[in-house]
Amino acid sequence: MSENQNPTPGRDVTTTSGAQDPERFTDPGVPAHKLRLTDTDPAARRRNERLVVLLFAISCLGAIGSIVAYFAVRPDGTTEGVRLSTIALGVTMAISLLGIGIAAIHWSKSLMSDHEHVDERHELASSPEVREVAVQHLTDGVEDSGIARRGVLKGAAVSALALFPLTFAVPLISSVGGDWNISKFRHTLWERGTRLAYDPTGRPIRAADLTVGSAAHVIPEVPQEYMESHEWITEKAKAVVLLVRLNPEDLRSDQSPEGETWSYDGIVAYSKICTHVGCPVALYEQQTHHLLCPCHQSTFDMADGAKVVFGPANRPLPQLPITVDDEGYLIAQDDFAEPVGPSFWERLK
Amino acid sequence: MKALAARRHHRAAPVVLMLLALLLTGGVYAVLAPSPATADTASTANDVEEGDRLFQANCATCHGPNAEGTSQAPSLVGVGAASVDFQVSTGRMPMQANGPQAPQKPPQMTEEQTAQLAAYVASLGAGPAIPTDEQVDGAEGDASNGALLFRTNCAMCHNAVGAGGALSEGKWAPPLYEVSERNIYQAMLTGPQSMPVFNDANITPDEKRDIIAYLLEQRDGSAGGLTLGSLGPVSEGVWAWVVGLGLMIGAAVWIGAKSS
Repeated sequence: MSENQNPTPGRDVTTTSGAQDPERFTDPGVPAHKLRLTDTDPAARRRNERLVVLLFAISCLGAIGSIVAYFAVRPDGTTEGVRLSTIALGVTMAISLLGIGIAAIHWSKSLMSDHEHVDERHELASSPEVREVAVQHLTDGVEDSGIARRGVLKGAAVSALALFPLTFAVPLISSVGGDWNISKFRHTLWERGTRLAYDPTGRPIRAADLTVGSAAHVIPEVPQEYMESHEWITEKAKAVVLLVRLNPEDLRSDQSPEGETWSYDGIVAYSKICTHVGCPVALYEQQTHHLLCPCHQSTFDMADGAKVVFGPANRPLPQLPITVDDEGYLIAQDDFAEPVGPSFWERLK
Repeated sequence: MKALAARRHHRAAPVVLMLLALLLTGGVYAVLAPSPATADTASTANDVEEGDRLFQANCATCHGPNAEGTSQAPSLVGVGAASVDFQVSTGRMPMQANGPQAPQKPPQMTEEQTAQLAAYVASLGAGPAIPTDEQVDGAEGDASNGALLFRTNCAMCHNAVGAGGALSEGKWAPPLYEVSERNIYQAMLTGPQSMPVFNDANITPDEKRDIIAYLLEQRDGSAGGLTLGSLGPVSEGVWAWVVGLGLMIGAAVWIGAKSS
């Protein structure tokens, strides 16, 4: 085919020397038409026809099979039953659809005419006459409306058009901007005296009940009705805490400031929201006291003030100051001393 | 007596005598035969003694002659029978080699030896006991509540359906599909290796059974079809990018190719 593709045979166009390059590459044109086996051999033509018929027949069988599967393989409520029904329906449906698709494409490729046609693109711009007529129509329309002479009418129309978009723009913008109160990120539900409770049951936690090596997922104790509310979901997302009990001699440091004790007898409580991008950090390894974030592998040392020992997080997890009340239940001394979670603008620290 | 003596030559006498002898032997055997060891039998002093011997031979090198712990291995005083039963019956202990984590392997001790070791360690200090069959019976549990608890407490390491996952520095959370109900319960109760403890105040015995019920349900696989290991975006992504896109590219090439 190369003699058809290259209009100047014998001329090597791949050389790098500029002197030998042709002045201008010309359109090589369409390669010569090559006859297919089905164009020349009637037996091959019949064979391909039969193949297309067979593919359509397979598709028909798939469709019938799908109906049969729908009635014969009913999901019986068990996991296997549902799975079997889904697979039977899916496979038969796929056979039916693929049969149609493959048959149609094989039909067009092997039996339909495959002669190349060239359709030249027309000029993008319309002819000068058409353009002149269009401009004339517009000018006539403006003339007819009299917008240049009737000033009040023009003002009214422009006002109406300008005001209409406000009917959706104002509610849209206002609902986007209605909740820019970022001060709520600084505070959580924890306050002085709030009991620590197990997530998700809400049972308060007694310090004596925690075995050394325990990890507990903690929420603030709130009334049952509040737990049903929508607000609880957002508040819980900020307030979740991971509580662990270490051997007191293993606890090297915590975040207590001078003169205060934020942990209780080896029990420490840290925010569960990663300081990197806010995933719940919860993979606690009891022997190394490391807490691993599942999203980006930030690792915090629970025995050492939740300092970052690995990963992209930049700050330790904020500590929840805890102590016990008269009945031995764990309570918060106060809210977290700093905002929980990842950085945001105007953050204190 | 005379009547009995008179009939001693009766034709049926040997048969009657034989039956009586069989009954007697059977009765004596039933009374005196040793009963087979069961998991819930109370440990005897003999078990503790035998367990001590096994401990000295298999465990004392690392855990110390009195199970007081060494620089290599923790003290076993007060870990309880549940902990020993978990570690030994899953083959994790005796440990084969030092590594980030003791892997599960075919158990080295028989059930009887495991029970003796557990009795010995339990005699050293009070600790959680081996749960009863009723406590670990998933059929009694509420799988829906179990799912709630599993999501909060377990899924971050063990995967949402218990397929397991990686931890730091070569450690891992094992898959839970093959783990026996008793071992699942014991793991929560005792917190083996990297796993934290979830004692009965944190997750009550009923709630532990709910979690077991949930895990048993996951063993049926997914109703949607292939689970691809339930590993999330990694295996599903490989499937979609390699198999799915490969098929599409193949179809596009076939559609575009000229017929010969």
